[in-house]
Amino acid sequence: MPIAEPLDPARARRIAVVRLHVNGQAYAVAAPTHWTLLELLRYQLGLVGSKQGCDKGDCGACTVLLDGLPTLSCITLALSAEGRHVETVEGLGVGGEPHPLQRQFAERGAAQCGFCTPGMLMSSAHYLDELGRAASPVVRQQDIAAALGGNLCRCTGYTKIFEAVQAAADETCDRARALADGPGGAA
Amino acid sequence: MNGPISGDKTAAQLHRLAVDEVATDTVAILGGRHGKHDALDLMTGAAGYTDDISLPRMLHCKILRSPHAHARVLAVDTSRAEALDGVHAVLVGAELPIPYGVIPWTPDENALALHKVRYVGDPVAAVAAESEDLANEACRRIDVRYEVLPALIEPEDALARTDVKIHEDNKHGNVTKRVQLAFGDVEAALAGAELVIEGHYRFHGSTHAPIEPHCAVAVVDGKGLLTVWSATQVPHYLQRELAKVLELPMRQIRVIQPAVGGAFGGKSEPFALEFCAARLAQKTGRPVKCLYTREEVFLAHRGRHPFDMRYRTGFAADGRILAVDSRALLDGGAYSSFGLVTTYYSGQLLAAPYVFGSYRFDSTRVYTNKPACGPKRGHGSVQPRFALEVQLDKASRALGIDPIELRRRNFMGEHATTVNGFHVGSNGFLLCLDAVERASGWRDKWGKLRPGRGIGVAGSCYISGTNYCIYPTDLPQSAVQMALDRSGRVRVFAGTSDIGQGSTTMLATIAAHELGVELDDVRVVAADSDLCPVDLGAYSSRITLMAGNACLQAARTLGERIRGIVADVWGIAADQVVLARRRASEAGNPERWMPIQEAFLLAEGKLGLLGATGSYNTPKTGVHGDYRGGTIGASPAYSFTAHVAEVQVDEETGEVEVVQVWCAHDCGKAISPVLVEGQIEGSVYMGAAEAVMELHEVMGSGLRSDGRKRDPGPGRDGLLAASSLLDYRMPTSLDVPQLSALIVEAPDARGPYGAKEAGEGPLHSAIPAIANAVFDAVGVRVDHLPITPAKVLRALRERPDRC
Repeated sequence: MPIAEPLDPARARRIAVVRLHVNGQAYAVAAPTHWTLLELLRYQLGLVGSKQGCDKGDCGACTVLLDGLPTLSCITLALSAEGRHVETVEGLGVGGEPHPLQRQFAERGAAQCGFCTPGMLMSSAHYLDELGRAASPVVRQQDIAAALGGNLCRCTGYTKIFEAVQAAADETCDRARALADGPGGAA
Repeated sequence: MNGPISGDKTAAQLHRLAVDEVATDTVAILGGRHGKHDALDLMTGAAGYTDDISLPRMLHCKILRSPHAHARVLAVDTSRAEALDGVHAVLVGAELPIPYGVIPWTPDENALALHKVRYVGDPVAAVAAESEDLANEACRRIDVRYEVLPALIEPEDALARTDVKIHEDNKHGNVTKRVQLAFGDVEAALAGAELVIEGHYRFHGSTHAPIEPHCAVAVVDGKGLLTVWSATQVPHYLQRELAKVLELPMRQIRVIQPAVGGAFGGKSEPFALEFCAARLAQKTGRPVKCLYTREEVFLAHRGRHPFDMRYRTGFAADGRILAVDSRALLDGGAYSSFGLVTTYYSGQLLAAPYVFGSYRFDSTRVYTNKPACGPKRGHGSVQPRFALEVQLDKASRALGIDPIELRRRNFMGEHATTVNGFHVGSNGFLLCLDAVERASGWRDKWGKLRPGRGIGVAGSCYISGTNYCIYPTDLPQSAVQMALDRSGRVRVFAGTSDIGQGSTTMLATIAAHELGVELDDVRVVAADSDLCPVDLGAYSSRITLMAGNACLQAARTLGERIRGIVADVWGIAADQVVLARRRASEAGNPERWMPIQEAFLLAEGKLGLLGATGSYNTPKTGVHGDYRGGTIGASPAYSFTAHVAEVQVDEETGEVEVVQVWCAHDCGKAISPVLVEGQIEGSVYMGAAEAVMELHEVMGSGLRSDGRKRDPGPGRDGLLAASSLLDYRMPTSLDVPQLSALIVEAPDARGPYGAKEAGEGPLHSAIPAIANAVFDAVGVRVDHLPITPAKVLRALRERPDRC
C-alpha cells in the first residue's frame, strides 16, 4: 500500500518516520501516523507472516512481541513502537533453523490452515520465555491454555497446539535442568 | 491394515507388500505419523496467502453495502466518488448484469445489486482506489436512493407473507426449494409401532468464521488474460462463473488459489469480491485487490441453515426403527447458494447407519432478508442428525434400552442399501461405537454419574464426495499429472484445493509411497488452472477419495515403468523390484539396490520423459435409487462416526461445560493419521461450539414457531447480532473440551488404500451427544439449539420434580 497516496488537502494525512528494531534489525520506516504496527510490518517491511484476521484485536493472528510482551499489532499504532523492539514470526528461527516451537508445531500437526499459527507461535514463545526465566519451571496444561487464550484457532480444536507447546516447553525445562545440574552447575 | 484392494494380486500389490516389508525398520510413509507436507512454510510466514500478494501499481477495492434488509435501489450516483483524487474506477450493478450462482439451476445473485437489495450488507457498488482508506472514503461519497420494503426475517413469516416477495421472479412465493420424498408406508409403520416419539427441534444458524477473511487479487495481462488469485475452495467453479459473468472464454481466465486460511464451506462458491476485483482490473488496466473486513465475512456467510424440524419416529419394543417422518423448514437467507442441494441433503443423508423401516421427509427452504445460508462443514445433514439422534435417545429411555445398544440393534451392516437407495460399502460404525464405549468408560458412567454430571452418545454417517458434479458432465471429477525428474524428484500437478485439511500432504504421501521417494522429494503444484488439471474443489469431503485415486493411478503407472526397466537390467521379474526409501532394490535381497534417482535416469533413457496421468470418475450405476433426486447425496463411499460426550451442568446458572468428547471415526484408511486426528479434533471442537456457544443471529421482529417474539426496535431489522469474533462466541483455548480422537479403519474398495472422508463426518454427532449428555446430567431436554444457560434454567424450572 503506497504511502504517497493522492491527498485531498482537506484530509491531508501526516507521515512520520518510526525508528524501531524488528527481529534484531534497526529500521527507520516512514508511515502515515494513523497506521497500525501491523500495517507497517506488512506493507513497509514485507513481513507478511503476521496476519490480519479481524483488524480489531479479537483473533490474535497479528500477535507480535513488543519489548518481549505479546501485543496485538492490529490495534497498536505504528508510532507507539518508536524506539522499541518488535519480534515477529519471521525472527523466531535462527540461522535458517526452525525454533523448537516451529519444529514441534510442524511435526505434531499443530497447524492446519496455518493462518493463526504466526500469532499462536509468538504467544507460545512468550510462554516459553517466562518458563525459561522461572526459578523452578513446571509445565502445566492450564498455563499453556491461558497463554494462548487470546489466539483463536478455527481448525485444530487447540489439541495439537497444546501438545506442541507442551513438547517445546518440556525441552525448555530439560535444558534449564541440564544447565542447573550440569558440570559446574552453570556450564 | 493396509488397504482392501479386491481381486487377484497384481504386480503393484506385490510391490506394495514388498514396500511394507522394507519399510518396517523405518518410519512408514503411508499411514506414518508425519506432519503436513508444507508445515514449515506455515510456521515461518512463508506460506503466502492471497492478502500477502502485492503487485506493482496494485489498486484496492472496497464495496459499498446496503444498510437496509429489503429495499428497491432507485438510483446510484457515483459522481462524488469518481471526483476524488486517487479513485480510478467505480463499479455499479448494471456493469455486471449477468446473474450467477454456484448451482447452475438457481442463478439468483449479482455481484452488485441490480434493482434490489435483499439483506443488510448486500453489495451495491465497488471502488478501485490507490489505497483502502481512499476506497472507503469513495464509498462514503456514493449516493444511493432506496425505497425501503418490508423485511422478512423469520422463515415462518417468509412462508406466510404472500404479499412480499424477496425475489420477484421466483415461482413459489418465497420458497426456493421443496423436497418431498417417501420410502415405504410411514403412516402404517407409525400406527403399528410400540412407541412413537414426537419432537420439535430447532437448529440455529452458525457460521464458518475461518481466521483468514475472503480476499481476491485480479490482473489482466497484455493478451487479455485475466488472472485471479482467490481465497477460495472451489477454483474451478470460480473460473466457470467468472467466465459467465464477465463474458470471457474460460481459456482467457486463470484462477490460482494460494494458501487458504481456513474455509469450512464458507469459501465454496464465488463471491462479490472476485467479480468486482476482476471487472475493476479490466476497467483500470491495473492489478486490484479486494480484502473483506471481518464484518464482511459475517455478511458473506453461507453458514449453517437454521432448521425448524418436527420429527415422528416409530420404534418396535426391541428398539428397531420402524418409521422416520420429518418435516423441516430451512431458513435460506437472501439467495439460493447451494440451497437446492441443502434441501435434498436435509433428508437424503440421514438414512445410514441405521435401518429405517420406512422414511418420509418434507423439507422446504425459504428466502429471508438475511445473509445467505449455504454449506457449512456437514452440509445440510448436521441439523437433521441432531434431531434423529435425540429422538433415539428419548426412545432408549422410554424403552429401557442402553442408547449404545439401541444403536447397535439398528445397525445396517456393510454392503447394504439404505431405505432411500444408496449403496453403502464398508461400514465401521459398530467399531466406532465399541471404541467410544470403551474409551469413555461408558458402562461405569451412563445413568450413574452424580447429579449435574452426564454422558451421552450419538452416531452418524457422511459422504466421501458426491457422485455428481454440480453441473452436468461426464468428465472426471479429479485428475492428476505426474512427472519424474532427473534429480530424483516427483512432481504432482493437481487442481486440488488445500484449505488446511492437507490434500497436498495426501497427494505427496501417495506419490512417495508408490514411487519410493521421501515426502520431501515430492513437489505438489496445486489449484492453478493454467498448470493443473481440473479438480472440482474442496467440498463434500471429496478430495482424498477422488484425487487420491487419480494420484494413485498415475503413480502406479510410473512405478510399473520404473520397475520394468530396473528388472530388465537386473534380469529379474518386475514384481521383484521394490521402490522404497530412495532406492530401487530386489525383494528379499537388500544387497542389490540402486539409488532411486539412478532408476529414474535409467527409465528416462529407455522410455523418454517420464510422465503419467491419472483420472477419477465416480460410479454412476447401482449406487443410488432410480427416482427424481435419488442421485443427490449418493457417494462412492460413506464414513461413519460415533461420539460420546461428558458434560457438567451447573443447576444454579444453567451453564453447560462440555468436559470431554470421545470421537471414533471410520475413515477407511488413515493415509496420514496425524492429519486425520486433526480433522476429527477440529470437527468435534466446531460441533461442541455449535451445541453450546455459537449463534449467527440476525435481529428481526417476526414471529417464530417457538412462540418467541422479538422486537429489536425500529430500523434494526436485519442487523447481525454478532458481527465480530468477540461477539460471535468462538471457543478459545480456555473453552475447548478435552478431545479424544479415535481412528477406526474399515477400508472401502472404492477409496485409495481403502480411504474415505475425515473432514466433515466427525462434526455431526458431537452435537446430539452433548444434548443427550445434558439430559443424563439434569434430566431435561433442550431441543432448541444452542443449549444456553437461559434455556437450561427454563427447562430446569419446568422439570416435574421442581413443580
